[in-house]
Amino acid sequence: MGLRTPLYDTQIAQGAKIIDFGGWDMPLNFGSQIDEHHAVRRDAGIFDVSHMCIVDLTGARTRAFLRFLLANDVAKLTLPGQALYSCMVLPSGGVIDDLIAYFMSESWFRLVVNAGTRRKDLAWIGEHAGPFGVAVRERTDLAMLAVQGPNAIAKTLPLLAPERRGAAQRIARFSGAEIDSWFVARTGYTGEDGFEIMLPAVEAAAAWRALVAQGIAPAGLGARDTLRLEAGLNLYGNDMDESRHPLESGLAWTVAFEPATRDFIGRAALTRARGTGGPALVGLVLEDRGVLRKSQQVSAATDAEAAAPRASASLGEVTSGTFSPTLNRAIALARLAPGAGPKVLVDIRGKAHAARVVKPPFVRNGKILIPV
Amino acid sequence: MSKIPGDLHYTRSHEWVRRLPSGQVEVGITDHAQEALGDLVYVEVPQVSRRLVAGEACAVVESVKAASDVYSPVSGQVAASNDDLAQRPELLNSDPYGTGWLMRVAPDASAAAGALLTPAEYAQFLAEAG
Repeated sequence: MGLRTPLYDTQIAQGAKIIDFGGWDMPLNFGSQIDEHHAVRRDAGIFDVSHMCIVDLTGARTRAFLRFLLANDVAKLTLPGQALYSCMVLPSGGVIDDLIAYFMSESWFRLVVNAGTRRKDLAWIGEHAGPFGVAVRERTDLAMLAVQGPNAIAKTLPLLAPERRGAAQRIARFSGAEIDSWFVARTGYTGEDGFEIMLPAVEAAAAWRALVAQGIAPAGLGARDTLRLEAGLNLYGNDMDESRHPLESGLAWTVAFEPATRDFIGRAALTRARGTGGPALVGLVLEDRGVLRKSQQVSAATDAEAAAPRASASLGEVTSGTFSPTLNRAIALARLAPGAGPKVLVDIRGKAHAARVVKPPFVRNGKILIPV
Repeated sequence: MSKIPGDLHYTRSHEWVRRLPSGQVEVGITDHAQEALGDLVYVEVPQVSRRLVAGEACAVVESVKAASDVYSPVSGQVAASNDDLAQRPELLNSDPYGTGWLMRVAPDASAAAGALLTPAEYAQFLAEAG
């Protein structure tokens, strides 16, 4: 038996099929993961993400600490509630984890880090927090729900006290607000609008049931993975890890080299890697039928138009692949040598299949963003 | 509880076998298999006239989550493949014992049917596998 969130029993009662995810017993689906995927793209779905690790950092020098710890710069956060996506990197530039930092107040920031990296993240953060006098507290007393989809916000508002709905409606994208005992943030991992709600664990089951009663579809990790991949969002451990730096993981936009005076862990290595023409994370769309999967090899197409295309030099490999329910074909993220494409070949069970290199995201806000 | 029709035979790798009046056998995957795989999105069926040996991987079914091999329950020659599955792989989920069939095989005259499970034996196998 693995670790369980406060919603385990509730989800079992709703027909959840459970799998192990990083030591946690989590719902894979509640029936059809494709139906759950479409519910999020077209209406609203709810995910239990209580396995994710919420860490509160407090102390007068918390902002200075995070400006040193993270590759992105929390100086960009000027209003309470604002959020920032960042990598936490090693001195080598390799990614320890990706996370979201919320600016709660000048002496209080909140991080949400991955479940599978919890232990090493807490050790790393703790090791560097000391000199800044920053206190690190894991919030195991909180649960986390992600309500996502074009109708997610409208269907969540009725659960809030009437005098609080206005405040919740005014939450800007990639920001959050404390609403009574809840922290409600307009963030997510699906490419759709919606809320991520951090709330006392004891309130989680009642909130889940109330949200489902609003017509929000329970959804599992299966749909969460196809949604994030369509949205071009990386998965830690697949698309980046400690052996890969953000610049070769499609995350150059999250590394704040300016101002040049800011010292942060990994800056020297990332500065050296910058502009060296290393591999890049790109999107792939499979032209044939079939499914792209992690670790499939990608090669250059010498004559991709030929009836029997021949593979040549290796370009790299698929880091995340799946069947996209929205596009009705296989898509992937792949780390390829610079300049790869526009046509490439992917080895699927010993046969070369033609694929097209595209710029992620594939789908955002219900709309297909690549030519099909 | 997954469905196990009483007029078919089964394998431990979750294929079913239907004896047709023509002497050919029709092959598919069981309700238990489609349930375990989840939403199927791609199916690769064998080419007609391909020769198969019992136990040989002859088809691939892929769900959103993973790819799985299908093993031929009998030795023989492929007489027909279900081409509808290329466009509608979800038939394997919705109708695994009917329109979701994978292939029809003309079994070798010498082919022994002894290794196949009866419905009761397959039900017990599933119960023991838990």
